[in-house]
Amino acid sequence: MNVPANLKYTQSHEWAKLEADGTVTVGITDHAQEALGDIVFLELPAVGRTVKAGEECAVVESVKAASDIYSPIAGEVVAANTAAVDAPEAVNQDAYANWLFKLKPANAADLDGLLDATAYEKIADEH
Amino acid sequence: MGKHTPLFDTHVAAGAKMVDFAGWDMPIHYGSQLEEHHIVRRDAGMFDVSHMRAVDVRGCDAQAWLRRLIANDVAKLTLPGKALYSCLLKEDGGVIDDLIVYFFSPTYYRIVVNAGTADKDLAWMRKQSAGFNVAIDDHPEFAMIAVQGPKAREKFWAAFPEAKTASEGLIVFQAAAWLSGQDSWLIARTGYTGEDGFEITLPAAAAAAAWDKLRAAGVAPIGLGARDTLRLEAGMNLYGQDMDETISPLEAGLTWTLDFKDASRDFIGRKALEAQKPTRHFVGLLLLDRGVLRAHQKVVTAQGDGETTSGSFAPTLGQSVALARVPVGIAIGDEVSVEIRDKLLKARIVKPNFARHGKGLI
Repeated sequence: MNVPANLKYTQSHEWAKLEADGTVTVGITDHAQEALGDIVFLELPAVGRTVKAGEECAVVESVKAASDIYSPIAGEVVAANTAAVDAPEAVNQDAYANWLFKLKPANAADLDGLLDATAYEKIADEH
Repeated sequence: MGKHTPLFDTHVAAGAKMVDFAGWDMPIHYGSQLEEHHIVRRDAGMFDVSHMRAVDVRGCDAQAWLRRLIANDVAKLTLPGKALYSCLLKEDGGVIDDLIVYFFSPTYYRIVVNAGTADKDLAWMRKQSAGFNVAIDDHPEFAMIAVQGPKAREKFWAAFPEAKTASEGLIVFQAAAWLSGQDSWLIARTGYTGEDGFEITLPAAAAAAAWDKLRAAGVAPIGLGARDTLRLEAGMNLYGQDMDETISPLEAGLTWTLDFKDASRDFIGRKALEAQKPTRHFVGLLLLDRGVLRAHQKVVTAQGDGETTSGSFAPTLGQSVALARVPVGIAIGDEVSVEIRDKLLKARIVKPNFARHGKGLI
C-alpha cells in the first residue's frame, strides 16, 4: 500500500497536504482508489465554496459505485482539478499526483488533528 | 463465508477481488473491471457462472408441463439442443425468475436458473408438477464456464480441438453434448454479454483444468463487475434488479418472451397478464450530461415520474446508460431528466440495446 509519509489522512480515506503557499491540497488515497475500482466520474466543489471539516463536498464515481468525499478540514475552496474531471482514470493511476481540490484553511493548525501515515495505514489495513 | 464454486481457489490464486453474490464468494474483478469489459467486446474472456443452477426435467409429460410452467412456449423448440429464454411467472404475473430452457427431446429438457433464486424456483417447480409425469433433478454439482467475445469460439477450440466437431455447427441458442474422456459436457452457444461465445457445463472436478487450458489459449478471466456492464450494454435484464415478483413482464421489456399464440395454452400467469393494462414501459436511457446513472434514480418526464432499474457507466460508449420504467406516453427520442444528488441531469430515451458485437449501437 502506498501511503506517503509527508501527507495527512482522514478515516474516510482522503489525504491532505499543506503547501508552501499555505493552501491545503486534498485527494483520495491509493487505498481508496483501489477499493473503488475504475473511476469514471468526478464531481468537485465550486471554487469559492466554504466547507466545514467532514462536510460532503465532492463525489468520486467508479464503474461500481458512487462515493462521497469529505473535506478533511474547514476552509474555502480555492481550486478544483478540472484536468482530473476530464480524465478521471488518472486518479487510479496516481491518487497522490491527481488531487481533487485545494482549500484555504480556516485554521492551518487543524491539519494537526488529522492522521499521520502510520495511523492511516493501520486503518486502511483493516478495510 | 459464502458458498464456493469449484473455481474459488483458481480465482483467489489469480488475484481476484472476491465479493458476496447471492450467498456465493465470487470474483468481482481480477484487477480492472473496465479492461475486462473491453476484452470481452474485443477479444475473448471467461466467467465462472457455476453458481447458476442446472435443472433437468425428464418424463413423458415434460413438454406439457413446461408449456404450463413457463411463459414462453417450448413447443416451438424442435431442433435438438435448441434453447429459449423465458420468464417463470406467478399466477398474478409477477416474475419468479428468468431462465433458459434447452430442448433435447419432448421428454427431456434442461433449465438453467439464477443462483439467488434457485431454491425458490425448485420449490415452485416441484409444487407445480403435481399431476404431471415429470422428474425434476437439479445439479448444483455442475460447474459452468461462459466463454464470451468475438474470438471466444476460436480460442475455445484452440484449447479443446477435439470439441470442435461437436460444437462448430451450433447456431445461436443451441447446445450440444461433447464427450470429454469419460465426462459429458454441454456446450451451448449462449451468453449474457451481447457477444458470441459458449456457455460450457462440465463436472466440478474438471473445471479448474478447463479454466487453465482456456487461459493458456488466451482467454482472460472476467469478473462479475464486467458481466454486469456487458449485459447492461446489451440491454439484457438482471433478475432482482430490472424485474422481480412484484413486476409484470409487460413493464420489464419482456413482452417478446411471452407466447400467447396458442390460445389453448394456459401458462401460469397468462390470465393475469391478459387483464393487465400497463401504465409504464421499459426503455433505455442515455445520459447527455456528465455523471453516472445508477439503479433507483427518479426519472422526471412530461408524463410523470419513472425510475431507473439498472444503471452504470457504459465502457463501450464512454457514457452512462440505464434501463428504466417510464410512463407509456414517453417515446424513444424523448428527452427526460434524471435526479442525481438533488440535481436534474438530461437524458434521452433510447432502445434498451446500447452495445453488442464489439460496437456501440447509439
